[in-house]
Amino acid sequence: MNLIELENVVGGYGGAPILNGVNIAIEPSDIGVIVGPNGAGKSTSLKAIFGLLKVTSGTIRFNGTAIENALPDKLVPLGLSFVPQEKNVFTSMTCEENLEMGAFTRRDNFADTLAMVYDMFPPVKEKRYQKAGELSGGQRQMVAMGRALMSNPKLLLLDEPSAGLSPRYVIEIFETVVRINKAGVGILMVEQNARQALAFASKGFVLANGQNRFTGTGAELIADPEVAKSFLGG
Amino acid sequence: MDQLIFFINKVLVAGTVLGSIYALGAIGVTLIFGILRFAHFAHGDMMTMGGFIAFVLAALCAAAGISGPVPTGFIVLPVAMALTAIIALGLDKAFYAPLRKRGAKPVTLLIASIGVTLMIQGLIRLFFGVSTRSFFETEPKKILRFDMSWLGGSRPITFTQPELLMVIVTIVICYALHLFLSRSRLGKAMRAMSDNADLAQVSGINTALVVRVTWIIAGALACCAGTMLALDVSLTPDLAFNIVLPIFAAAIVGGLGQAYGAIAGGFLIGFAETLAVFDWSVLLRPFQQWLPFEITGTISLVPTEYKLTVAFVILVIVLLARPTGIFKGAAT
Repeated sequence: MNLIELENVVGGYGGAPILNGVNIAIEPSDIGVIVGPNGAGKSTSLKAIFGLLKVTSGTIRFNGTAIENALPDKLVPLGLSFVPQEKNVFTSMTCEENLEMGAFTRRDNFADTLAMVYDMFPPVKEKRYQKAGELSGGQRQMVAMGRALMSNPKLLLLDEPSAGLSPRYVIEIFETVVRINKAGVGILMVEQNARQALAFASKGFVLANGQNRFTGTGAELIADPEVAKSFLGG
Repeated sequence: MDQLIFFINKVLVAGTVLGSIYALGAIGVTLIFGILRFAHFAHGDMMTMGGFIAFVLAALCAAAGISGPVPTGFIVLPVAMALTAIIALGLDKAFYAPLRKRGAKPVTLLIASIGVTLMIQGLIRLFFGVSTRSFFETEPKKILRFDMSWLGGSRPITFTQPELLMVIVTIVICYALHLFLSRSRLGKAMRAMSDNADLAQVSGINTALVVRVTWIIAGALACCAGTMLALDVSLTPDLAFNIVLPIFAAAIVGGLGQAYGAIAGGFLIGFAETLAVFDWSVLLRPFQQWLPFEITGTISLVPTEYKLTVAFVILVIVLLARPTGIFKGAAT
């Protein structure tokens, strides 16, 4: 069964719809990557899943349950987690407090999850009592991803995790994404570094004007001359 | 030595008491701003209302013959704080929550809170009239004197029992608030929402619950500050309306959204106001021979009537040096 399934999703912020029928399906073991030009509705698709904009028609199912227009405090306990592109850490709080906030919806003991996140991001452990606002861009991204993992998600939504990072960090972040996926978390991410991201994606979605243009495995999309010409810069 | 004792009696005691009141009021203002992003102008009147609730409870206690080793105002304080917190929740539900739901701008909420100000003041006048009341009509204000003759002072250090209790209550409340914000899950969530409301929502934090907790804390502290102000001076319908501006100044000086900043700002402005109107002539008289001028009457930096402006002078100076306040608060 699909972990998440968007079927002909139409939605926007109240005015004209931004999404005009998006179809996305991800299995639990997948890394799905959404690419496309600016204003294609990539980030908006993630926000639609996370209840941050109004879905007017179509269905979104998570593990078979309909979740259109459900709010984050209901979605996080179900097993969804979202890392926004910008302002994705609590700058005035310590790294450890940031991670604790990710576990807000959990009433059980999350010490083992915390240990797992520290294991995955040693720099975060090193700076756990430092304020997240004092960290570098790459380290902040680690705190942000760590925060999202604290709720023990089944699906992690990442909005341009590599934005604004130096090439060295981009590779590191992508490697981390693959590692998280290997640990049993489905991934759906939006990426500007399209060619790099599609290279390790098991599913790729090319959006334009709020609709799917091409859908396939990452390798298929890279190999498709039309996708390469129009969306991957030749 | 006598000059020092005079200074302690006039400045240290008065400044600490005024600072405590400002700090407790400013914490509420700053928390509400941090979570809901608007200047809650009716905060002063929530303080006055809290003072009146405590007054009514104290009167009921007196009628029932209940009294204790401390002024009745302090005995009823926990109950009054709880009642004011409930009313604060009600005010939010009735006036601010519907506006937020419709996506109102901060300025709309500000104007609404001015409306709430007028409403509360009107209701208080309707029920209690405009007369000045005192918590100490039926019981005496105990005065504590500490003999300083062992240090060569001829006068004692003097303050009243309510003044001492106010400072103790403020310290206890500030410490409890510190523990809440730094240790508890909900307190951390409150700081998180104040820091970045969108991310708090995305993290699954129950933002509606955080808003309710904010009103409960702000209401309870407003009641405490209002009652303390009424115990310190007297109770009138415009009691705290007159000090809402210095309270806002304290919150801004400390850094909007920063609870610790509000405490610091409250004491800074409380002491600054007290020092500014303090009569320096007594302290300076022993040094008359070295002074280039004759000490005749009283010497204070500003006349008492201008006390209120001191808060704004401090505000301007601090903001020139640190545009977002001492503790780096929100810029908007």
